[in-house]
Amino acid sequence: MDISMRKEGDFTVISISGRLDAMTSPDLEKEIGGLMDKGETMLAMDMAGLDYISSAGLRIILAAAKKLRPRDGKIFLAGLKKPVMEIFKISGFDAIIPIFDNVEAAREKI
Amino acid sequence: MSIKRLPAKQESLKEFLAFISGCAEEKGLSADTAGRMELVLEEALVNIFNYAFPLGEGWVEVYCVDDDAGLSIEIRDNGIPFDPLSLPDPDLASDASARRIGGLGVYLMRKMTERILYHRDGETNILTLHFFNR
Repeated sequence: MDISMRKEGDFTVISISGRLDAMTSPDLEKEIGGLMDKGETMLAMDMAGLDYISSAGLRIILAAAKKLRPRDGKIFLAGLKKPVMEIFKISGFDAIIPIFDNVEAAREKI
Repeated sequence: MSIKRLPAKQESLKEFLAFISGCAEEKGLSADTAGRMELVLEEALVNIFNYAFPLGEGWVEVYCVDDDAGLSIEIRDNGIPFDPLSLPDPDLASDASARRIGGLGVYLMRKMTERILYHRDGETNILTLHFFNR
């Protein structure tokens, strides 16, 4: 898994590609933890390059959403490929966390 | 049928997933089916690594078994009796603050297989995961 970050307006865009699984999810957890420690509360996850996600990855995203809520923060996801989107739908996460076609579309609406 | 046997620890995960991908490819299964198999195998193995060996080390065997409509994965381990199907489903409440973290792995396993069976044979846990090719 590759992770890169950039700032776009109020949002920190976290681009992840490859596989978000039991082996790689601790890396994402660490990066998100670092952003929160710095006081970042607006997170956009760009998943256009993500091919695979398991429950280990879902847990990191749910944990981030839970931590952001009392801080008036926001997290959204963008660019999900079909198999990744399927996992979000099955687990009901699409009802909890806003999902957009791409980062630009999300920023127009939020 | 092919078999892979490795120590029951997180470091074995990558090799087990590569084994099942190779097996799916060999059988000419669709990318969708291969993806579901990888996901379900990861969830099942992570549970075994985390829960089946509270007192130490052990082994896990993954069998890739052909059948008429698709493929079955059989997972055997010598850990304590552990039936993942006994774990409750997560609550799917639509509010992030109300959602408990956990239970998702087994839920995904149930949703992405045609059939799952667990039984204990002597000192061995046997979990059979059946997939249709679609």
